[in-house]
Amino acid sequence: MPNYSWPPMASRKVMGQRLSRTDGIEKASGRAKYNSDLNKPGMLHAVLLTSPYAHAKVKSIDTSAAEKHTGVAAVRVIAPAGTEIQWAGWEVAVVAANTELAARDAVKKIKIEYDMLPHVVVENDLKKVKTRAKPAGEQLEGDPDQAFKEADVTLEGNYGIPTLTHCCLEPHGQVIGWGADGKVEFNPSTQSVTSIRGDLARLLNIPATDIHVHQDHIGGGFGSKFQPDRWGIEAAQLSKAAGGKPVKLFLDRATELMIAGCRPSGFLNVKLGAKKDGTLTAWQSESWASGGIGGGGSPPIPYVFTKVPNRRQNHTAVSLNTAPIRAWRAPNHQQASYLTCAPLEDLAAKLKMDPLELFLKNANLTQREDTYVRQLKKAAELSDWKKLWHPRGDSGKGPIKRGLGIGVNTWGGAGHDSTARTTIHPDGTVEVELGSQDLGTGTRTIIAQVAAETLGLRVPDIRVKIGDTNYPPSGTSGGSTTVGGVTSSTRKATVNALDKLLAEVAGGLGAPADQLEAVDGKIQVKGNAAKSLTWKAACQKLGVKTVSETGSNVPREAAKEGLNTGGVGGVQIADVSVDVETGVVKMNKLVAVQDIGLVVNPKTAESQVFGACIMSICGALMEERIMDELTGRMLNADMEFYKLAGIKDIGEIVVHFEIDELNDKRGVIGLGEPPAIGGIAAISNAVANAIGTRVPTVPMTPMNVLDTLSGRKS
Amino acid sequence: MQAFEYASPKTLKEALALLGSGWNDAAVLAGGTDLLSLMKDGVVAPKRVVNIKEIAELKGITKTATGVRIGAAVTVDELLSNAIVRASLPALTQAAHGITSPQIRNMGTVGGDLCQRPRCWYFRAGFGLLPKHEGTDLVTEGDNRYHAIFGDGAAKFVSASSFGPALVALGAKVKLASAGGTREVDAAKFFVAPSNNDAREVALLPNEILTEILVPVKAGEKSATYEVRQKDAMDWPLAAAAVTLTMKGSTVASANIVLGHVGPTPYWAEKASSMLAGKAITEETAEAAGKAAVEGAKPLSHNTYKVQLASVAVKRALLAAAGVKS
Repeated sequence: MPNYSWPPMASRKVMGQRLSRTDGIEKASGRAKYNSDLNKPGMLHAVLLTSPYAHAKVKSIDTSAAEKHTGVAAVRVIAPAGTEIQWAGWEVAVVAANTELAARDAVKKIKIEYDMLPHVVVENDLKKVKTRAKPAGEQLEGDPDQAFKEADVTLEGNYGIPTLTHCCLEPHGQVIGWGADGKVEFNPSTQSVTSIRGDLARLLNIPATDIHVHQDHIGGGFGSKFQPDRWGIEAAQLSKAAGGKPVKLFLDRATELMIAGCRPSGFLNVKLGAKKDGTLTAWQSESWASGGIGGGGSPPIPYVFTKVPNRRQNHTAVSLNTAPIRAWRAPNHQQASYLTCAPLEDLAAKLKMDPLELFLKNANLTQREDTYVRQLKKAAELSDWKKLWHPRGDSGKGPIKRGLGIGVNTWGGAGHDSTARTTIHPDGTVEVELGSQDLGTGTRTIIAQVAAETLGLRVPDIRVKIGDTNYPPSGTSGGSTTVGGVTSSTRKATVNALDKLLAEVAGGLGAPADQLEAVDGKIQVKGNAAKSLTWKAACQKLGVKTVSETGSNVPREAAKEGLNTGGVGGVQIADVSVDVETGVVKMNKLVAVQDIGLVVNPKTAESQVFGACIMSICGALMEERIMDELTGRMLNADMEFYKLAGIKDIGEIVVHFEIDELNDKRGVIGLGEPPAIGGIAAISNAVANAIGTRVPTVPMTPMNVLDTLSGRKS
Repeated sequence: MQAFEYASPKTLKEALALLGSGWNDAAVLAGGTDLLSLMKDGVVAPKRVVNIKEIAELKGITKTATGVRIGAAVTVDELLSNAIVRASLPALTQAAHGITSPQIRNMGTVGGDLCQRPRCWYFRAGFGLLPKHEGTDLVTEGDNRYHAIFGDGAAKFVSASSFGPALVALGAKVKLASAGGTREVDAAKFFVAPSNNDAREVALLPNEILTEILVPVKAGEKSATYEVRQKDAMDWPLAAAAVTLTMKGSTVASANIVLGHVGPTPYWAEKASSMLAGKAITEETAEAAGKAAVEGAKPLSHNTYKVQLASVAVKRALLAAAGVKS
């Protein structure tokens, strides 16, 4: 059995280096081709017709005028008469034409009659949703009633976090061709090149082997791009109907925001019981959330502090006539972190206690006490907590109030199923192939680093080929599982390939293969650089052969091998300034201390955390899906009023990883999600610390902040 | 987007001949930052689009006997980098800085800013300027967080113009040309609150082109614009104030205070303007003027917060104009 374990931390030469992304120049210069950039010969453009109504029954649909429209190649009805529409934006029909303009004009000629049905699209007041509420039943732990009686202090509060919509820069969609030979060429925007093939095959009822998937780059996914989706199936059928011409169907921005995925909301009425010293003793909560018509969204509360001894919890799922949820970078965790850390900070304020002390005091209620204690202290140091924190309400003069606040996170992040194939060619070229995808996070780069490290080469010596179903299968990029999966499979495939190469050259070097090593561009007898061959010379010994070996990460076995594991904690501390005359909140600093095991590339890892922090800032201050109760529509399905931070709104972001032998020994752990969790809670707590009162709902817009300060209900 | 005829005339005369008597006959295209999105969203569907960027008469910023003439097709960026404007009209340059998208500053024009359509989300969704749904007034009964806090009429959207408040405060005029001749209209009268869905929110007629803006420059007059925006990156103001001050020694001889993004037109705060006469601008007098400026505001169900924003904008604009550090 070959030794796959990572080289010791101190002896690594390529892994652990701060390297820029190998595809960075390609992307920054605009040369990178996304599938939404494709323009194939003879390609048709398809446009969806969606329902303007949130709840209605299709009475009749007439596509005859659209079919006759000049340039139209195919029209399909998606929601025939009798279909019950459950949200605004529901796909009703689709048209493919030789230009996008023709398709858009033709769509307008489709005549539909609807029978209107009553809709419910807003859930912030649980009493108003009536029959749409679906209680999940009570969860009881210990004796909360007794614990509240014995508590030195209790705190009651109400909190809310809204539905957000995925807002990927590259919208959902694909170019797809379904030829007369039955073969499907599929270019989606996807987080799962390998599995989307099987999913599409099932939906089209054809063999998976008839489908070829290719994607070089993806413009954002965040959990919303796993499935072929209705628009994928419809585009395939349009292509078939049009004689196999490729069909391009990407959602327009409004449709993207309306139906291509959202993060469920979360609302909470909570009562906490604690001792004078801040020790939590009881938690009682009524929570509710909606993820669209199916209900859904159940934040795991109390979050991180899971061992609160006495708990009574009631959660209610609310069914709304809004488009369904999709996984959102750490599903349910952002909500849970906010709905836990905000009441904890309010409890600290009531106890006139430093919340840092309260979080530290209760660290024994978490699953990883040592980690959180260490991280809380580090984050406090990096945010200058001792100097800048003050009891609730900045008492300084003038309208600008400054405050600090804490949020916490936890996540899994162990590697997914992944197989890699490493091929060494006689000219020395090395290829690593995987049916994986690079979400923009640097997956290509870290694969190259692992292969280069293993072969004693440099990153430019490795050709990484991903994004194609002709390569070995690799897992879905969700749950922060990619880095663990692809580094482990790449390591194993490359060790296997190297062993084959060493066997070929052992004779020439006069030593058994197991006494050879690959270092600094050479194959040499271990510890004896005098007995060596250059990499090229060694590969030439292959003659006309190539060495091509695979290796797989098997999640069940990965921890035993030590290549990757899961389970992390992290702490965010926010530093904000609030203009109490305008309600405008500005970020000064967001500190993220994160535990991530072995760090393959600190630069791309930091970059991930920057993105996660920016997402938190948007979520805390700007983003919300605004539904109109009267029309049932989303009012801000655009990028003017669906607000996202720009560069000047972000402030300073400080990232700290715990890179040391101890963490390194845990192997590689995924990082995409955890740092995106605690920031919203941290920013909300910082605002409370600054202005002296809790803004109970995020986003903390000027409206919400001023309404809170004036005691108005927004 | 409906197919349309495109014309790119080289002279104003040719351009005017291409316009029609109704809004659907032709639309004027300058920077296109608003028109194109309106057309894509199906809010407007002109049969002809007349590009005016090739018309030399609509360009340039020049000094006149009484002030500055700004061609309607001058871009926001050109305005910002113009030395005459920077030196004499800080209220305008500050308003231009508030247009925080470099793309819009590069493409968008001063005339286009004045003629852009309201950002009301019901209007943009095709429900009209005075939006109704099954007999219900969408703005008053719906989500009106970004809507008007002033105005007695049916129109509850807010004027989207960034330059409007400053031009009204400065006493500017706009020149409107048609095939039949030209007319000058006070900036204050250029903005109108429509009383029906077919009316427009500016005094421009379908057969007219806004050709230039004439801004008086008065010796010693100070001015400033203050916008409250949530984001530093591209965002619309939640409320704004433009002020002008003529000083006599250290006290105010006369003042003009105009609020923006609070009503269907820029709102001249008459009482607040007159009460400053004879007073020095201090934190206290500025705050009092801010409070007076929002007297009579009638916020809707969700936008009471805007009353405070408008008041604070007035205070901060006055302090900025007078050079008082708050």
